Amino acid sequence: MNQLKKILLIILFLGLFLVLDLLISPRMNPYYLQILIYCGINIILAVSLNLINGFTGQFSIGHAGFMAIGGYTSAAFTFYLGPKILETLFLPLWFSKPLVFVAGLLLGGTLAAFAGLLVGIPSLRLRGDYLAIVTLGFGEIIRVFILNIDAIGGARGFSDVPKYTSLFWVLGFTVLTIVVVRNLVYSTHGRAFLSVREDEVAAEAMGINTTWYKVTAFVIGAFFAGIAGGLLGHYLQYLHTNSFTFIKSFEVVMMVVLGGMGSITGSILAAVILTLLPEVLRPVKDYRMVFYSILLVILMITRPQGIFGVREFNWDWLKKIFSRKKAQAEGA
Amino acid sequence: MALLELKNVCINFGGLKAVDKFNLTLQKGELVGLIGPNGAGKTTVFNMITGVYPPTEGEIRFAEKRTNSLKPYKISAVGISRTFQNIRLFGELPVIDNVLVAFHQHTHAGLLASVWRSKKFWQEEQSLVKKATGLLAIFGLDTLKNEISKNLPYGQQRRLEIARALATEPKLLLLDEPAAGMNPQETAKLMLLIKDIQKKFDLTILLIEHDMQVVMGICERILVLDYGVTIAEGPPEKIKKDPKVIEAYLGEEIH
Ligand SMILES: Nc1ncnc2c1ncn2[C@@H]1O[C@H](COP(=O)(O)OP(=O)(O)O)[C@@H](O)[C@H]1O
Ligand SMILES: [Mg+2]
Repeated sequence: MNQLKKILLIILFLGLFLVLDLLISPRMNPYYLQILIYCGINIILAVSLNLINGFTGQFSIGHAGFMAIGGYTSAAFTFYLGPKILETLFLPLWFSKPLVFVAGLLLGGTLAAFAGLLVGIPSLRLRGDYLAIVTLGFGEIIRVFILNIDAIGGARGFSDVPKYTSLFWVLGFTVLTIVVVRNLVYSTHGRAFLSVREDEVAAEAMGINTTWYKVTAFVIGAFFAGIAGGLLGHYLQYLHTNSFTFIKSFEVVMMVVLGGMGSITGSILAAVILTLLPEVLRPVKDYRMVFYSILLVILMITRPQGIFGVREFNWDWLKKIFSRKKAQAEGA
Repeated sequence: MALLELKNVCINFGGLKAVDKFNLTLQKGELVGLIGPNGAGKTTVFNMITGVYPPTEGEIRFAEKRTNSLKPYKISAVGISRTFQNIRLFGELPVIDNVLVAFHQHTHAGLLASVWRSKKFWQEEQSLVKKATGLLAIFGLDTLKNEISKNLPYGQQRRLEIARALATEPKLLLLDEPAAGMNPQETAKLMLLIKDIQKKFDLTILLIEHDMQVVMGICERILVLDYGVTIAEGPPEKIKKDPKVIEAYLGEEIH
């Protein structure tokens, strides 16, 4: 595919997302729309964490921390600087508002990426459980830090964040995250990430700068977590540190583990399942979380490697499974 | 000009002097054997040359440059590659990816080019796959290139490790007991293959072997290590008769 075709394809997809947004958003039950948006945000989180935990083999449970940094930074930008920028830009609002939003998201993502760099550095010395504890601690530090900044709401929460997130943006960034991580993974850099996971000593001996790849995985993963935080804040128009506790980090880790460490399609499917599950379980009321946990335990016992293991979903499998079933049925 | 030079290299692990005042000079194009009983310190010598453990004392020079304090990936970049005694493949990855990883330091695609999948990116990928397949063919592994490498039989895993080491395009190849666990026929074949690739890739090779007999046939020169100390050095015929060597191997069978 040449450059022009690629750019046209991107424009085509953006157009498609816009049409979808304009058609679906006003007609859809707001509750369902919200679930759809959560699905997108969780896919971004799971796929980006998979780059760190699944592909590079570092164990991070600090994704909510990166998410919080991105969320609060972008909200502070659009809330405090946004109106001034809109005033001075002299551009039509339909154009300048998205501009401010994207600038806010990128700023949030960048700051989160910078935090990723800082957290990535201990990953050079620590592994396994120890690294997990550091990332967990980092997430909590971020949360407590934000809790004490009054300008962004502190313990009250950050309200009146402009409502910029729509289905269009969520679709766009979800697809962007998936494409970026997928393309990275299937490249010479992706093989370097994987080699770090497989055997660090051998990777170094084969010329891989494992230090650089570990930190880079954290930086890229954190960037997209920051974007996800920004999308959430500008959707709910409200941010509170309670949304970014270690429980949120665990939720994302669950998605990655459930889908399969090192499977992008697995992460996507697991993110959707774990977003829908609590909603589907609403009828059982108080027992909701009990059912949720039991289902997870059953899944992990029956498929400890996750839904897809380290492989990706592909249509040939499905065909094979069906033809096998058919053959069995015919045989019987 | 010496390709590799180790001068009075020592390393301590806690109180244990694993290697003591080790000296070694490799000329370009040599195939030298490093033998000795288990625990003699052979693997530790490799670990020092490749930067896994920096020596406590002494100096290591490769192509005239001091490499003592370089990180392993930098040492790979100057042209030293190795295999591991206890196979360390990238087990979950396909056979071909093991080789592709080792090409990495010679690739040009940046992160952004990889994400954007530019024409150059595809060209490079294609040429890498072609090169990797060619390299695997030398080791009879090209038909298995899409297998998950941990599922290969033992002997093929050992050969894949050598193929992977060659993919870094080394000048010096360090082989750590490449024939371990193989039967005598497989071992003999492997030794011929090693001799072959030495010529084909214009390599200097340092070969660790626990079993003295194995290296007698192909090495021009042999060093014998015992308890971290070099006890003999010379051509195979001389080593075979050396009383110190015989003593070191006492209790083990000498052929
Ligand atoms: N990382 C390490 N820490 C402590 N001791 C080690 C380490 N690596 C090797 N040794 C010790 O150094 C000695 C030499 O080991 P090694 O080089 O593996 O022997 P060989 O390869 O000749 O069988 C052994 O006594 C071994 O226990
Ligand atoms: Mg050894």
